[in-house]
Amino acid sequence: MIEVKSLVKIFADGKNAGVRAVDRVSFKVEERRFYTLLGPSGCGKTTTLRCIAGLEKADEGEIIVAGEKVFSASSGTFVPAYRRPIGMVFQSYAIWPHMTVFENVAFPLRVGKQKVSNDEIRKKVMAAVEQVELGGYEDRMATQLSGGQQQRLALARALVREPKVLLLDEPLSNLDAKLRERMRVELRELQRRLGITTLYVTHDQIEALSMSNVIAVMSAGVTVQEGTPREIYLQPRTKFVAQFIGSTNQISGQVTNQGSDGTGTVRTDEGEISCGILNELTAGDKVVVVVRPESIVLHQKKPSHGENVLEGKIGAAMFLGEYVDCTIELGKNVLETHQPHSLRVRRGDPVWVELPPGDCMALPAE
Amino acid sequence: MTTVALPRSERTGFRLLREPALIIPIIGAGVLIYLAVLPLFMLVYGSFEKEIAPREFVVTLENYVNAYASPYTYSTFVNSIIFATGSAALTFLLGTMLAWLTERTNTPLRSLFVPIAVVPLILPGVLESIAWIFLLSPKFGYLNVALQSLFGLQSAPFNVFSLPGMIWVHSVGQVPLAFLLMVAAFKSMDPSLEESAMMSGANTWQTFRRVTFRLLMPTTASVLLILFVRTLESFETPALIGIPARIYVYTSEIYLAFNEYPPDYGRGAALAVGLLLLSAIGVWLYTRSTGESKKYQTVTGKAFRPRQFDLGPWKWVGFSFLMVYFVFVVLMPFLVLFWASFLPFFATPGWDALDKLSFDNYRYLVGFRPFWDALQNSIILATSTATVAMILTSLIAWIVYKSRLPGSWLLDFLAFIPITVPGIVMGMALILLYVAFPLPIYGTIWLLMIAYVTRYMPYGMRAASGAIVQIHSELEEAASASGASWWETFKRVTLPLLRPGIAAGWIYICIVSFREFSTSVLLATGESRVLSILLFTMFEQGQVTVVAAIGMLMILVLLIIVGIFYRISGRFGIQT
Repeated sequence: MIEVKSLVKIFADGKNAGVRAVDRVSFKVEERRFYTLLGPSGCGKTTTLRCIAGLEKADEGEIIVAGEKVFSASSGTFVPAYRRPIGMVFQSYAIWPHMTVFENVAFPLRVGKQKVSNDEIRKKVMAAVEQVELGGYEDRMATQLSGGQQQRLALARALVREPKVLLLDEPLSNLDAKLRERMRVELRELQRRLGITTLYVTHDQIEALSMSNVIAVMSAGVTVQEGTPREIYLQPRTKFVAQFIGSTNQISGQVTNQGSDGTGTVRTDEGEISCGILNELTAGDKVVVVVRPESIVLHQKKPSHGENVLEGKIGAAMFLGEYVDCTIELGKNVLETHQPHSLRVRRGDPVWVELPPGDCMALPAE
Repeated sequence: MTTVALPRSERTGFRLLREPALIIPIIGAGVLIYLAVLPLFMLVYGSFEKEIAPREFVVTLENYVNAYASPYTYSTFVNSIIFATGSAALTFLLGTMLAWLTERTNTPLRSLFVPIAVVPLILPGVLESIAWIFLLSPKFGYLNVALQSLFGLQSAPFNVFSLPGMIWVHSVGQVPLAFLLMVAAFKSMDPSLEESAMMSGANTWQTFRRVTFRLLMPTTASVLLILFVRTLESFETPALIGIPARIYVYTSEIYLAFNEYPPDYGRGAALAVGLLLLSAIGVWLYTRSTGESKKYQTVTGKAFRPRQFDLGPWKWVGFSFLMVYFVFVVLMPFLVLFWASFLPFFATPGWDALDKLSFDNYRYLVGFRPFWDALQNSIILATSTATVAMILTSLIAWIVYKSRLPGSWLLDFLAFIPITVPGIVMGMALILLYVAFPLPIYGTIWLLMIAYVTRYMPYGMRAASGAIVQIHSELEEAASASGASWWETFKRVTLPLLRPGIAAGWIYICIVSFREFSTSVLLATGESRVLSILLFTMFEQGQVTVVAAIGMLMILVLLIIVGIFYRISGRFGIQT
């Protein structure tokens, strides 16, 4: 439905050298999918989205939306934003303050290429407004709505002319935490019901993990890893992805043994660790072993068996309600773990941590 | 990432020239250079010419010698400095007192005085001077007469025809400006800064001296500077009070050089160049001290809830000050004009005057053609100036703040130039330009319109760019993403959002054009005479009570404009 081929966007930054905000990014969003571009601010995700919307003109590459080539640097094609079959929700919602709720939603129908009769407009606007549960608010001024309502209004406006593709630019980032949680569910439900192909841009990993079919993690203008939320979280392929998504522990070391089944051993300051190893690594490579805080098993007595058991002592234990956040001091590393709140420990208590090999992953050090 | 703007610079080559987006800025720059730069160039050029519009150009310094090496040079210079310094100090003192009492103390009824303090803005400078002549003239001034009979004095205690008199009259007209600037300064002051000083053990006086006062220092300096420059540029008081009193300042010298027989344009131009330089330096220092970024800032910083000083019993002293100010400075000038407009001739007040009251002056005006011509000219000029200036500045502001074309800062700069040009200097420059220029508009209201548009362009820019900057670019992009073309976006989103700001700018320019005096005094002659100039000439001829009647009608028109403004601003929700 959306296809982006080696897209490049250069911003002049005053001096002669331009900044490559987007650097040969390619991806494909299948029909009815929810695809997310995830990355820190400045990684090029919003620029990519704006290029697809037609608000930015890329410098190289090709963009195909719903089978139509809307941009191609080689043939000089550039379909302006208002001729593309898209609906878009902006970070600031961009609700027009001089119009009522009804007029905001009706706008795309009034300015469109084909004329829509007033009856038709009324019908479609009401349907769109009902869809986002804003029924009864049509005659209010848009500015009288709360943040969450404005967000829904922006969504209704984006959907009213039944676009082929929905583009969402950090739509939840201006909402408070509770509302954001609810809107995540509602937004995903709506997307599923309508079956509309959606491209979502966010820097929030939880939004990305919970809503997406496919996530592309971006950094410094390039796609670092593409995959399902599960793959991205459990099998990060670079240190950046492991660090950016969720919290993670890192222990540096050197590959000593590389098995054929994608597992092997790494020599670290804390001893040998068995873990998953990427195929492209070979013995002798410098790596970091990453392990999620919630994967670490904590023993208060030395276990009689088990792999990757390391001895240490409690550094700090913070009660966070849902769990206890414990730091454990090993020889040269400090690990962070999440433990059930039944855990009773004090600073300095000796403990043994077990790093299950299936949850440990060796990644290239740089 | 989200803040990166749409760069349009990537299209290069010939397509650029066919691009309307580039033609418009070039035309804009051309218009601005024509309006703002060309007259000044002609002024400087003319100041070195031997004769005006010569067949051949002879470079000479004679004009400068005549202007600056005459026996009067020194006294004019000293008068100007005393006038400007005294006015700036007095205006600042009164404005700050009013602002402080109404904003930061518990003086009774203080909120009532906030609108009252701004009321004198409605009174044109010419009328302000005339009203104070009625009140403080040594021969027949009402206040003088009243004080004389009250205390049995032999001579009049006040003489308006003196430097202190000029300072007083000019100051009370300028107080609203100082008041508004200081109110803004007090409002934007974070009270927690003072509170933390008190929590550190400082008492009220120490807090004031070490924190409040220090925080206000930069504002104080810039307000004093702008008041100084504005006084130096002003011509109303120097014309109506200074010239009869033979107290000449810079602006009156320029006027006299032009008005003597034969007119000495060269000397006038040389004087004007000097005044222009002084004013430009002042404006430059002002923009530097307030920060370039704030040039167009309408609302400064956050509005805090200011801490109130409890004045204790002193609050009644504050209250008396406000009352005295209200009665003597705000109310009396209006009352004396109103009273005089019903008198056949100006006479010392007394019960016998009551019999003479009549509508004769107003009846006289009905059949008095010059009045109707001037009124028509003033209204046409005010509305057309406001319209032309707002269209022009909206386009320029849009180019500067939205298109981000290379070099658009230059347009911003060009549109800002006229703020440095004193009104009388603008008049002088335009005379020199259009005497030499093959455009037959000299002596018509078209010339006045060009002058007004040029002078008020910076105000228009401020209103228009304020409105434009407020429009988040996503609002326009959302329209584009909804399928609206460039034109639909402009028509349905950009323009409606701009309307309130532009309406406010329009009304403001309308008001200041309607009361304009110092440029018109050189340019408005015969057919193109406007109301303020009619007032001036009739006052000089001694028809003072008819002048008062014209003044009342002029105030009425201004009140109507302001009334419309409040209606509109209520509808669109403009912050006033």
